[in-house]
Amino acid sequence: MNPLYAELQWLPRAPGDFPARLKALANSAGSHGRELQELALCSLDLNQLTKLAKAIGKLQSDGKSLAPLTPFRLAVLSNSTIDFLVPALVATAARHGIALEVIQPSYDQVAQEALTPDSKVNRSNPDAVLLALDYRALPLKLSLGDAEASYATVLGVMGYLQALRDGIKANSNAVCIFQTFAPPAETLFGSLDRALPGTLRNLIDGINRELAEYVSGSGDVLLDIAGLAETVGLADWHNTQLWNMGKFAFSDELIPLYADHVARTVAAIRGKSRKVLILDLDNTVWGGVIGDDGLEGIQLAQGDARGEAHLGVQRLALDLRKRGVVLAVSSKNTDEVAREPFEKHPEMLLKLDHIAVFQANWNDKATNIQAIATELSLGLDAMVFLDDNPVERGLVRRLLPQVAVPELPEEPAYYARTLAAAGYFEAVAFANEDLKRAGFYQDNAKRASLQKQVGGVDAYLASLDMTITFQPFDATGRARIVQLINKSNQYNLTTRRYTDPEVAHAESDPEVFTLQVRLADIFGDNGMISVIVCRPGEPGAWEIDTWLMSCRVLGRKVEHMVLHEILKHARSAGIVKLAGTYKPTERNQLVVDHYARLGFNKLHGEESGLTRWELLVEDAQPESAPMRVVSQGFSSRPEESLV
Amino acid sequence: MDEPQIYSRLTQIFEDVFDADSIKLSPELTAKDVDGWDSITHIRLILTIERAFKIKLSTSEIGKLENVGGLVAVIKARA
Repeated sequence: MNPLYAELQWLPRAPGDFPARLKALANSAGSHGRELQELALCSLDLNQLTKLAKAIGKLQSDGKSLAPLTPFRLAVLSNSTIDFLVPALVATAARHGIALEVIQPSYDQVAQEALTPDSKVNRSNPDAVLLALDYRALPLKLSLGDAEASYATVLGVMGYLQALRDGIKANSNAVCIFQTFAPPAETLFGSLDRALPGTLRNLIDGINRELAEYVSGSGDVLLDIAGLAETVGLADWHNTQLWNMGKFAFSDELIPLYADHVARTVAAIRGKSRKVLILDLDNTVWGGVIGDDGLEGIQLAQGDARGEAHLGVQRLALDLRKRGVVLAVSSKNTDEVAREPFEKHPEMLLKLDHIAVFQANWNDKATNIQAIATELSLGLDAMVFLDDNPVERGLVRRLLPQVAVPELPEEPAYYARTLAAAGYFEAVAFANEDLKRAGFYQDNAKRASLQKQVGGVDAYLASLDMTITFQPFDATGRARIVQLINKSNQYNLTTRRYTDPEVAHAESDPEVFTLQVRLADIFGDNGMISVIVCRPGEPGAWEIDTWLMSCRVLGRKVEHMVLHEILKHARSAGIVKLAGTYKPTERNQLVVDHYARLGFNKLHGEESGLTRWELLVEDAQPESAPMRVVSQGFSSRPEESLV
Repeated sequence: MDEPQIYSRLTQIFEDVFDADSIKLSPELTAKDVDGWDSITHIRLILTIERAFKIKLSTSEIGKLENVGGLVAVIKARA
């Protein structure tokens, strides 16, 4: 089975303490809706869903509140065994903000329940009735090659379905959710089954077409199970052994997926579909980093495999916008740099006037997303945030749990598919106003101001379990050091470029102090992310010749930890002063305040924008950050022992 | 995979499927001894076991299972 769908891979894995948190739920006071939703927002298998549903049932029978989840009563009429589905539906509904109550009549009582005024279903006053029927519930008679008889069969089935609907409408006035029918995997002739009237496949095709037409505009709702089964494959959808053993309509492994599709439909009926897609830029909308790779370096061309993957993301975003989804951008970049591809890159499908709110700055993304929501006057629960970086995703999920943040696979070719599979923008109807909505928000949107910082970043940083490793330059690291020195544009104080032999020379020169810095966290190893070169300056001073850092680790206080390390070595070398320079370029506006933030004193500035700074080693008290520090390879320097 | 390993993994699966804190498995244990072990949950149990041990049981094998001992024998023959 394709794990994207079978395992709902857009959702994060269930936490290790999932059972413990379920238990804790029963004993905690107050409202449980948020915690339930958070647990349900993980990818859960059938056993986990069953347990979560049990916990929800327990809370309800204890009279505990499930607010802010929205209550919904769903009756399920089926010709199959739905005992596995019911708990899966209850648990999955919590993921979509719904406190679901399922009314389950006796097995295979579809017509009786729909047509009898005081049946269990009709008496229960449901908000909606799900007609969870599969093709084996229908009066289908093969009429090979007989178009007339075949059409009569289709109409007969439609008559049956309409009778069910009329009964439900008359007796309970609930919304009917009709499922399309997944044809069996087996064919009779082969390809001919599609074309020849009266084959099973041909009949089911006809019924699905008629049903779609019948439902559209009726106020009832269509759940396209045929489409879902096609997506995962009919051979995986239908499990004949399970049907024979217990009349289960489809594979147990696909129950979480099925339940998610039912739940997103119910949520859409309640108006809970998402409305805004917030896009990260670097490595999401295009391949590469605009600030480092430049307009010519980013990958986004037709004919380039990596570029086409990102164009796929743009195409989906643009199509979503056409149906009324509002687009916004949240990127860690200098504003002008981030806008450049939109304005100048010929292959960009997205243009600036497609974007309602454009947030390119160096704030954390939770703060930016909050600002976007405020600017659009929409709730955070209307937002979807697409970002290739697991750290950014984790931060937003933790600080703004109402925002939907899909997990993304390693391979960008699957970004668009993953976003689509998550179904955040599920809609049960499409109106003319939808076509205009994206433009409407845009007209009103101004660039949001970002005064308010979302708290809790430090706690999040601590949870990343970071390890920072310092080493002097060495032969092993040299290739990457040279690459960083020649590629980094944004977090680069002096933008000095050095060749391999020049770096090798610095490596062996005892007068030059060098650092290569690596960072690892719970998501993996970020590799080498910072490079420092200090040369002898005036007597007793080090001149910071080069200080650069990869923007991937921005906002983690890496620069503070680097300063700690430099100071440590400066002290043991008898250095009393650090001198630093900020040399402005077109790309490094980001670090204009770098030395100020680290507590350096400004000596003077030049007209060119160049500024000079110094820090007395004795006075320095840089901030610390929650990370483990490893310092290695310095042992050849005897002074080290003094630290 | 030897029997103690199978029992240990099965115990986790039983606790997961029946949402129970501690289940003591023995070869003689049958459905009537465990709270919630009805015909529907039995199928969920078998499906979970199939996935955990990466095996597939035939309909007749499932039909013939009488107790945990029988289950372990089938797993041992396959896994």
